[in-house]
Amino acid sequence: METLYNLFETLNNLFLIIAAFIRGLFADPQSVWANLTMDVIGFIIVVVIIVLAALILILLERKVAGWTSQRPGPNRLGPRGWFQTIADALKLIGKEDVTPAGADKLIFKIAPMMIFCIPMMTLAVIPFGKGLAPANLDLGIFYFVAMSSISTVAFLMAGWGSNNKYSLLGGMRAVAQMVSYEIPLLFSLLGVVMITQSFNLGVIVEAQATIPFIVLQPLAFVIFVIAGMAELNRAPFDLVEADQEVVAGPFTEYTGLRWGLFFLGEYGNMTALSALGATVFLGGWQGPAFLPGYVWFFMKVGVFVFFMMWARWTFPRIRIDHLMHLAWKVLLPLAILNILLTGLGIYIYGFVMGG
Amino acid sequence: MSTIVFFIFAILAIAAAWGVVTSKNIVHSAFYLALSFAGVAVLYILMNADFLAAVQLLIYTGAVAVMVVFAVMLTLRGDVRESNPENRSWFVGALVAVSVFAMIALVVLTNADWRVLATPWTGGGSAEDMSLLLLSQFMIPFEAAAVLLTVALIGAVILAKGVKESK
Repeated sequence: METLYNLFETLNNLFLIIAAFIRGLFADPQSVWANLTMDVIGFIIVVVIIVLAALILILLERKVAGWTSQRPGPNRLGPRGWFQTIADALKLIGKEDVTPAGADKLIFKIAPMMIFCIPMMTLAVIPFGKGLAPANLDLGIFYFVAMSSISTVAFLMAGWGSNNKYSLLGGMRAVAQMVSYEIPLLFSLLGVVMITQSFNLGVIVEAQATIPFIVLQPLAFVIFVIAGMAELNRAPFDLVEADQEVVAGPFTEYTGLRWGLFFLGEYGNMTALSALGATVFLGGWQGPAFLPGYVWFFMKVGVFVFFMMWARWTFPRIRIDHLMHLAWKVLLPLAILNILLTGLGIYIYGFVMGG
Repeated sequence: MSTIVFFIFAILAIAAAWGVVTSKNIVHSAFYLALSFAGVAVLYILMNADFLAAVQLLIYTGAVAVMVVFAVMLTLRGDVRESNPENRSWFVGALVAVSVFAMIALVVLTNADWRVLATPWTGGGSAEDMSLLLLSQFMIPFEAAAVLLTVALIGAVILAKGVKESK
């Protein structure tokens, strides 16, 4: 029993032990160079997480699509079609990279890079396990939202740079949609911030040791999921790339690996948003002690991602005026109501407890 | 270390601002504006004002710059490549800019509260300190700004909707 417990403790702190070992290689474990090395390692880990997540999620998405429409999905390459994504990625690398003659060259080329950079920056503040946040910022949640708001600019750049009227329309739609849904998304997170009195994601996870915030903030969680799906431009909110209306929106003119970067960026953003949802509402790495914290964390992210895919293949696309109506007249008032109720709740709790 | 970072991002911000005034294509100007805002956000971080930096990115880069691009696209006439012809009277513009800068510098230098501190500021600037100040010492300006923004919002809705003409 004792050895089993020790083994579990070692597994739970595996990455912390490795980190301490790498720091121990330096003469002064807390020097600038040791910190810099740890930061670089953290950065590499985040990039690896994004690429791996994209590889796994693309296959998972196609399998879920098959499951919802009662067909097998990709099943030819490798066991049960598990190597399909690798073949697709190789195909994308082999394709010709076309830049349209009328495109705004520089803007056209920067846009996919920007989209791919944003999940790398946002995932850096997520605590993947106990003490496993690559960058432990005090402004965690706020930093996350601020960074993801930049992707609006990237979509607009892609739409404008392509010099194609459908791309531009798609880019305009992206901006209208993302700027609108940012507000309920931010407001839904405020309830949790009010309870924990902190923007720090590590502190928020620690506060959920007894009860995850989905129980205390069910309304905020629903708003977060809806607004999050709209922020990611995924169906049923995929007006940005509605193929019957605007071909493929901002992505129409992109080919080969540049288009692949958009795809990677989309799945990276999806992972980042799911990680935020799992951290803030589902308790992050907290969980019954028979599994290490990071395993719990990735399982929760997986549940979140699966839910988003399930919704994507279940609901038809929403109309654009309904979209705006939903954001401004339904979600925003509900989010403000949630803030009010949370404030009242905190006040009553303090009153009853004699604080 | 922070001096190097300061110079990299200060030069970036100024170069982007230069791009805003000199580029021929007005959409490029708007994107340069976003870059300039982002450069300024990093300077805020170097001054230990992380909250302000995040707000700068969220509001200015993520929303204001995009809205500028939007407004430009909706009001555009003719060829985009020549949409921002270099103004002939740049001398007057430079004069105005220099005098505004001199005025602000004068105010900052004469007001003891706004001078650069002898020792670097370490505490403060976080979300908690900001909100305490906003809801106590600066309550009235904060509320006045909120009312002003609400009025602007209502005005925009009325303008967009159109007023019914009286019979």
